[in-house]
Amino acid sequence: MLTVLESLNQALYQVLEDDPLALLLGEDILDPYGGAFKVTQRCSTHFPDRVLTTPISEAGIIGVATGMALRGFHPVVEIMFGDFTPLIADQVINHLAKFRWMYNDQVRVPLVIRTPMGGRRGYGPTHSQTLEKLFLGLPGLKVIAANNLAAPGDTLYFAIRYEEDPVLFIEHKLLYPLSIFNESDDLKLLSLSVHSQSNYPIHKFIVNNAPPAQLTMISYGYMAELARQALLRLAYEEEIFCELIVPTQLSPLDIHPYLESIQQTHRVLTIEEGNLTLGWGAEIITRLVENLSPPIRIARVAAKESPIPASPPLEEDILPNLTDILKAVRVLMDPSQ
Amino acid sequence: MDDQAFYRKLYQIRCFEETVLDNFPKGVFPGTTHTYLGQEANAVGVLSNLAKNDIVFSNHRGHGHFLAYGGEPYLLFAELMGRSTGVCGGRGGSQHLHWNNFYSNGIQGGIVPIATGMALAEKRKGNSTIVIAFLGDGTLGEGVIYEAFNLASKWHAPILYVLENNRIAQTTPIEMTLAGSISARFSAFDIPFCELETSDVVVIYQKAHSWLNYVRQTQSPAGFILHTHRFGPHSKGDDTRPLQQISQMQTQSDPLTIHGARLTPESRTFIESEVKVEIQEAFQKALNDPFPKVLTEC
Ligand SMILES: Cc1ncc(C[n+]2csc(CCOP(=O)(O)OP(=O)(O)O)c2C)c(N)n1
Ligand SMILES: [Mg+2]
Repeated sequence: MLTVLESLNQALYQVLEDDPLALLLGEDILDPYGGAFKVTQRCSTHFPDRVLTTPISEAGIIGVATGMALRGFHPVVEIMFGDFTPLIADQVINHLAKFRWMYNDQVRVPLVIRTPMGGRRGYGPTHSQTLEKLFLGLPGLKVIAANNLAAPGDTLYFAIRYEEDPVLFIEHKLLYPLSIFNESDDLKLLSLSVHSQSNYPIHKFIVNNAPPAQLTMISYGYMAELARQALLRLAYEEEIFCELIVPTQLSPLDIHPYLESIQQTHRVLTIEEGNLTLGWGAEIITRLVENLSPPIRIARVAAKESPIPASPPLEEDILPNLTDILKAVRVLMDPSQ
Repeated sequence: MDDQAFYRKLYQIRCFEETVLDNFPKGVFPGTTHTYLGQEANAVGVLSNLAKNDIVFSNHRGHGHFLAYGGEPYLLFAELMGRSTGVCGGRGGSQHLHWNNFYSNGIQGGIVPIATGMALAEKRKGNSTIVIAFLGDGTLGEGVIYEAFNLASKWHAPILYVLENNRIAQTTPIEMTLAGSISARFSAFDIPFCELETSDVVVIYQKAHSWLNYVRQTQSPAGFILHTHRFGPHSKGDDTRPLQQISQMQTQSDPLTIHGARLTPESRTFIESEVKVEIQEAFQKALNDPFPKVLTEC
């Protein structure tokens, strides 16, 4: 069984092999190190001309890669930690995400920015954050979140090789060692992609042989793995039957693929690792409420309003976990609440 | 400081960092760490000159800076272990420290304009406090540094930029990513500098003494470039350099060997045994401390 790390690594290797326009740029990405999280391993050994180790110049590398993309290449930049994306924000917001529209559709910026986000490793306030929400809803930029379902490498491969617009590709650190999950005896994995305009997968889990679901969970990235565990626990231990929708594309947001499920369950729980206020879940829920008729019961699971502490018990307290998901589901299911 | 005191400080940092690396695999420290092994003479040489209120802004490789500033090993161990008694109550961990006038952060380069602003603030207050900011060779890749140098030069910020050139950034040797010379980066902004190729704490101390005086007296910035050697991995277990290269550095430029030659063997052994006990006690004390209480319910 492939891990997420292996899947992403193979995709990078394969795209270098298949696409002569593909280039990798980033800090410390050369072999034998192969990147801080090892995602680029083997690439520089086999494609030494197209894997470029860079100075510690996040804004500069993104700008340079944007120039290369504007002139026809397919660069992929690794930002070592997602916490460093604020350093590239101006290049992203005022430059690369604008060009296609501002130049009246005459240009394309086929650039992929890959970066690991997320906590739970005790790295402390500047190396543990979930910052993708800063880049959501930005016209001209796609934000894609890897998960451990089906084939995350294929998603990355597609973004690099075929995407015309800039992509911010989020990889939660805790996903890397996880095996890719397809289906099990208990869970069926469906695709909602046909309902969407997106080229990126939308997965849906349902519990095999279960009665109709009473609640819809929506989650992405590593939190979707915790949500999947919650789904099973609730079904087997509490006879609460849910379904789980896992989008890969976070932004732009297309709400249509979610509507059918919530129309049936009337209960929705969004689950994210970023902090709650003004977050991803807020937008999802608003869209659902705008598009569906009541009653809908809603709740969100997210991090508390705090930077991420280094100390393990503090970090554990700030970040949402399995227990928080189970609790939130029980509250939504309780008719007296 | 006398030779014994220098040796004690150098050895304290060495012993602290070795204790950190030895205990990392045991799961005592969450997260990650960057040790100062091999570079001890820089922090000790520069910071032994501090006046009482001087400010130090450090980076990811900050344990040696913290200890040389006068921070207690116990408080640092506790922070690294995420205990409530740590310098930041366990919130910060290894890269995010604050104690008295000592600060550090884990984002490369970002501290340089901030340290420059602190220097300007102290100057406005009309006192003679100056700032010492530490940065590595790899961090010269960050553009914000040059904005800070320009501001410091134009606005005459009383700050000493200590550039520790260990010739490597994480796994990337300096030749692969740094164009031009380091000193020219200072002269481009009319910032005078001193450049030293030594691991001798006494030499660094003496030079730093006159350059800190220069910054204090002229109330303007200066660069202090120290060519140095990183003996350990970037963080832990991630060294891709050949062993032979490391052992050569250790034989030629170990600050403890170089300065240790000024002491009698008895005196060295005596200091080392005292420091070992100090570090071991600090480690054990921190290990017995409580984790912070989780208070929030929101
Ligand atoms: C903005 C930013 N980019 C990248 C990193 C990851 N990182 C931490 S230390 C380091 C190398 C720094 O090298 P250098 O400045 O030479 O200091 P040294 O580690 O050699 O002491 C890198 C790339 C970071 N912390 N912040
Ligand atoms: Mg360096």
